[in-house]
Amino acid sequence: MNAGPDLLALFGHFLVFSLLSIGGAITVAPEMHRVLVSDMGALTDAQFTASIAIAQAAPGPNILFVAVMGYQAAGLAGVAATLCGIMLPATTLALVVSRWGHARQDWRAVRAFKAGMAPLVIGLLVATGWILTVQAPGWSHVVLTLVAALLAWRTRVHLLAMIAAGAALGALGWV
Amino acid sequence: MAEVDELARPASPRDLFLTFNWLALQGFGGVLAITQRVLCDEKRWLTVDQFVESMAVAQVLPGPNVVNVALMVGDRFFGWRGAFAAMAGMLVVPLVLVLALTALYAQFSVHPAVSGALRGMGAVSAGLIVGTGLKLADALRRNPMGVPVSVGLLVATFAAVAVMRWPLLVVLPGFGVLACAFAWRRLDGEARA
Repeated sequence: MNAGPDLLALFGHFLVFSLLSIGGAITVAPEMHRVLVSDMGALTDAQFTASIAIAQAAPGPNILFVAVMGYQAAGLAGVAATLCGIMLPATTLALVVSRWGHARQDWRAVRAFKAGMAPLVIGLLVATGWILTVQAPGWSHVVLTLVAALLAWRTRVHLLAMIAAGAALGALGWV
Repeated sequence: MAEVDELARPASPRDLFLTFNWLALQGFGGVLAITQRVLCDEKRWLTVDQFVESMAVAQVLPGPNVVNVALMVGDRFFGWRGAFAAMAGMLVVPLVLVLALTALYAQFSVHPAVSGALRGMGAVSAGLIVGTGLKLADALRRNPMGVPVSVGLLVATFAAVAVMRWPLLVVLPGFGVLACAFAWRRLDGEARA
């Protein structure tokens, strides 16, 4: 079978990406680009960029951009290769570590880790949102982000209502 | 923690699957904001502190953070069956949708109203992530490091990542080791007091 070795290679690469993806799979995007577009030629540059954009626009976790890449590279078999590759090592590790920590939640080291990391995690979230919005040109974009942040923080306005309002403002060309 | 008494729990792995599926379908441009809101505010399966703790573990481990959080939450209530149910709930239906969208993308992406709508949704979903961060910052009130140090670390992390654009692999170990060492010492004082 012609596609066999490619799929196996794809799976192998994503196993490695999985272990590198500290802070989320998107942090390995530059490395994925190097391997998939430059080395393997499995995707074009435009397909690569579109994969990330499509996953952002669709509902669901952004990790699905990996599935879109697999689909564009090798159809449904490609989806299985990339998605299983990115999920297997990370999920196994997450389960093992979280069980280990849960069984030892009274240990001083475990409590120190949780207390110490909490402000970093929150700072990272705010930074992620900030980076996403300042990449786009124009101030109206940033203003919309800040209003959404304020509403999400202080009110119980439904998140979908905010997303819909953003879509409407964008479709009208105001953002 | 007094709040623990008021917490609810999922009825079954099926309940986990359906809940995570439902929240994933509401998450445009990322599911973190909606996950926090559903798990802590609507379902009351986790306190804000527990959510931050799960995020801390997910953040230092490789892999998609929210999926790791789903996995840990599922595991906490129903072992590996719960973990699998929560993860599948988060991924399966959105996977079908995203593949369908991929097939349609080429036709629609050129339309200016569509690309404008996507831009507007992007701006809002970035705001939802920021808003979630601000909401979770409430957990820092109870941090053993104290509020001034915690807020200082939050601001330093934000500045390093968002302004200086330092790589995560420098920021997380660098600030992380300092913060955890400081928390370790504070916990010692707490134990003696």
